[in-house]
Amino acid sequence: MDPFEDTLRRLRETFHAGHTRPAEFRAAQLRGLGHFLQDNKQLLHDALAQDLHKSAFESEVSEVAISQGEVTLALRNLRAWMKDEHVPKNLATQLDSAFIRKEPFGLVLIIAPWNYPINLTLVPLVGALAAGNCVVLKPSEISQGTEKVLAEVLPRYLDQSCFAVVLGGPEETGQLLKHKFDYIFFTGSPRVGKIVMTAAAKHLTPVTLELGGKNPCYVDDNCDPQIVANRVAWFRYFNAGQTCVAPDYLLCSPEMQERLLPALQSAITRFYGNDPQSSPNLGRIINQKQFQRLRALLGCGRVAIGGQSDECDRYIAPTVLVDVQETEPVMQEEIFGPILPIVNVRGVDEAIEFINRREKPLALYAFSNSSQVVRRILAQTSSGGFCGNDGFMHMTLASLPFGGVGASGIGRYHGKFSFDTFSHHRACLLRSPGMEKLNAIRYPPHSPRRLRVLLVAMEARGCSCTLL
Amino acid sequence: MWSRPSASVPRFSCVLDPAMEHEVQRVRQAFLSGRSRPLRFRLQQLEALRRMVQEREKDILAAIGSDLCKSEFNAYSQEVIAVLGEIDFMLENLPEWITAKPVKKNLLTMLDEAYLQPQPLGVVLIIGAWNYPFVLTIQPLIGAIAAGNAVIIKPSELSENTATILAKLLPQYLDQDLYIVINGGVEETTELLKQRFDHILYTGNTTVGKIVMEAAAKHLTPVTLELGGKSPCYIDKDCDLDIVCRRITWGKYMNCGQTCIAPDYILCEASLQNQIVQKIKETVKEFYGENVKESPDYERIINHRHFKRILSLLEGQKIAFGGETDEATRYIAPTVLTDVDPKTKVMQEEIFGPVLPIVPVKNVDEAINFINEREKPLALYVFSHNHKLIKRMIDETSSGGVTGNDVIMHFMLNSFPFGGVGSSGMGAYHGKHTFDTFSHQRPCLLKSLKREGANKLRYPPNSQSKVYWGKFFLLKRFNKEKLGLLLLTFLGIVAAVLVKGWPVTPPQPSPGRTGQWDPREAWKDCTSHLAEAWIRLASVGSAQENELMPVAASATSLVVL
Repeated sequence: MDPFEDTLRRLRETFHAGHTRPAEFRAAQLRGLGHFLQDNKQLLHDALAQDLHKSAFESEVSEVAISQGEVTLALRNLRAWMKDEHVPKNLATQLDSAFIRKEPFGLVLIIAPWNYPINLTLVPLVGALAAGNCVVLKPSEISQGTEKVLAEVLPRYLDQSCFAVVLGGPEETGQLLKHKFDYIFFTGSPRVGKIVMTAAAKHLTPVTLELGGKNPCYVDDNCDPQIVANRVAWFRYFNAGQTCVAPDYLLCSPEMQERLLPALQSAITRFYGNDPQSSPNLGRIINQKQFQRLRALLGCGRVAIGGQSDECDRYIAPTVLVDVQETEPVMQEEIFGPILPIVNVRGVDEAIEFINRREKPLALYAFSNSSQVVRRILAQTSSGGFCGNDGFMHMTLASLPFGGVGASGIGRYHGKFSFDTFSHHRACLLRSPGMEKLNAIRYPPHSPRRLRVLLVAMEARGCSCTLL
Repeated sequence: MWSRPSASVPRFSCVLDPAMEHEVQRVRQAFLSGRSRPLRFRLQQLEALRRMVQEREKDILAAIGSDLCKSEFNAYSQEVIAVLGEIDFMLENLPEWITAKPVKKNLLTMLDEAYLQPQPLGVVLIIGAWNYPFVLTIQPLIGAIAAGNAVIIKPSELSENTATILAKLLPQYLDQDLYIVINGGVEETTELLKQRFDHILYTGNTTVGKIVMEAAAKHLTPVTLELGGKSPCYIDKDCDLDIVCRRITWGKYMNCGQTCIAPDYILCEASLQNQIVQKIKETVKEFYGENVKESPDYERIINHRHFKRILSLLEGQKIAFGGETDEATRYIAPTVLTDVDPKTKVMQEEIFGPVLPIVPVKNVDEAINFINEREKPLALYVFSHNHKLIKRMIDETSSGGVTGNDVIMHFMLNSFPFGGVGSSGMGAYHGKHTFDTFSHQRPCLLKSLKREGANKLRYPPNSQSKVYWGKFFLLKRFNKEKLGLLLLTFLGIVAAVLVKGWPVTPPQPSPGRTGQWDPREAWKDCTSHLAEAWIRLASVGSAQENELMPVAASATSLVVL
């Protein structure tokens, strides 16, 4: 009756048998993942081109290479990450061995989105496998081409006793979420994030939720408009705007807007030519539903650049909107498409106030030649990540964790942070079986004299440790 | 401070209680004012909290004492010491923790600033427990203040004296808008959980844990759940039973067994049972005297509901010793049960009382299986002289924490994260871990608006060479040795160019191009080859890499030549 039951039982048995724990097994899985990426590069590029019209450059840089990089990083550091971490001891445990053991949670569910269907599927997978878990992978059913490759080809490279791909839409996923997992890693929208967390609560399953939000981008008056326009246009229109960390809207003064518009036009023409629809470098909207939603947003404010769309091709031109009101739909939801509204503010104070009035975004960008302005925005706002004078470059560093805060998500990953996310940090204290005399102080019967001894001992130690 | 008795509260089933909402709003406004953020303010508040504990020690000890019939010594050593220790630890380390931590950079971000900046989350809700009503409420509070948050504290209504004293004292010492106490029962807590918080830390049981997490899901609020479970205690035959039983007696009957990390049951070979019973019995006598009921060091069960629940666990069991009860004072004697059937009720729920069942197992394998068949416990205890056996127990089971050859003690070390796994909870706190729990470690990358030339690489229109270079910059991590070799390669190229007088002697024009030789085109070709070579190298194992590096260097020179 339940299509998932057998698979889940099989994986759980593998985990209980302890097969996934040795470093050699984990490394073999990671190498398998690496081979999958190397052997099927063309297949993956084709699938991504089919799903999102991704250029080879975008596919390689934002999907395959990043995943490969995570595999390499995990392989190189696996043993170091797995090592017991010895911790400082207090007076009472001075003679004992105290360490934190990183142990796998067990059966992990990874639910992936469609916008970067390789990267956002495999990067968490690297962490989960490196940490020694069994994994159920649920790729997005919306990016069909990639889903097919992940379902048909990927399992050949991994040990099937510890890894399974399950397919399906919202209904099947709902069914899947009724089962008990030991960890759930979800990337997607806040709406579905709430559903996932509610389902997880029934089994007390910890979750990482990688959600989105409206990422503000503040541009100060003292910037060179062309440089800002290059950087903003590049990361807004990358993957046709379907990037969770892309800048969602610009905040700048009306004067800066006047200077930015021609610069943005120039950048778009340089990047995508006079007819962006014929450019091999501009992606397409994933499906009709999203396309219709985005086309409706084009009616907000006034189109300053672009604004064209083609339903057959699911093409939306790189667009800039001006005179946008805060109350319009384009400022109410995450845009997730190649549309960039500009909202005018009078200065940095108003910008900060504007940002803080809204949900905490996944990313926040500030452009200014004055490092004081950048640091002020950083200090007075909150967001998952922050990048000054550029866009999503903070994602390229595996040494920085990636994740949201507030409505933009819970938890974080990338590099070692992924490994830690999928590991339980178990406190282990090994005491000596002897030296019972030292314990006498903690045993009843207690006397006021003992309390005084304890107090004196504590004061002598500057109260810096707990004796008992 | 805002509190009201639960009896007189009218029922609001789905509407938000406006008074509650107003309180939470008031705290949020205080947080938004930003005054909880400066280091000096946090230190001041922590010092004020320490002053409160020191100046009002008598009141606090009396409140804890009347809730659980606890002696001053026990109240002090089990609750107050930990709080004072934690405050001092925070005061000492906070200035270092709140500074930004630089992280490793790659080639693309070599000239930028990349660091992790801890930031407060906002308004934090702490729901305390009744078994250690002071420390389990105040210890999280210390971390939440240290991390710069505003805090709403909801002490357990079951330990009502401590709840009242906290509501009375905290506003006298701490900022009254940033840190507030809300008292009340299930209804108030349900109302409270409808509000939006930025983090919820709950200590209590699994059932309520699920309710808290489900309520949190509505607002996507992260949670730390400190729950319980049946913490097993395995006794190997290779150990000194005298010492083992002293340690277990101490940990099990402390606070009348109402400790979340108390050993819940003993697993041992059947032959050890009688000795263990005998030795625990002797130790109980040594600790609490002939008449346990008279001992000032022995507590009582918190309320009648729990008293009845624990009594029901004794039904049908073989009581090896203890078993005396007194309903009027909610007294249950230190009790040991032997030959306990795992299917009986006492082995189905967390005992949370002074009842210690012994479940005989044949050997360590059976013990491990026994533990793994059940939910993951909050703590695991193993007693043995054999170090390998302890290591094996740790390797082959899972639990929130482990102590070998003792009980409870891993709780006392604040360099350890304290928390459960699976049904015993999620998230962890104590010391730095509390600070981290209540902070958002925000990744920050600060670039300059200059050096736009380097960015050309990533902008469309794209080419194969851009792919190679992109990968090169993104993925390659350098140490000094490798950088040296890279420099060498570069010098090689420069030398080659100089020697050959490159621009003067153009190579044959490639077919398809016009006869005009374009140095830029040639340079692009060269760089793409160079980048490709480097990427190939990057994917080769590190051992071979160093040998291949000079080869690559000469190869790239050849390409140019």
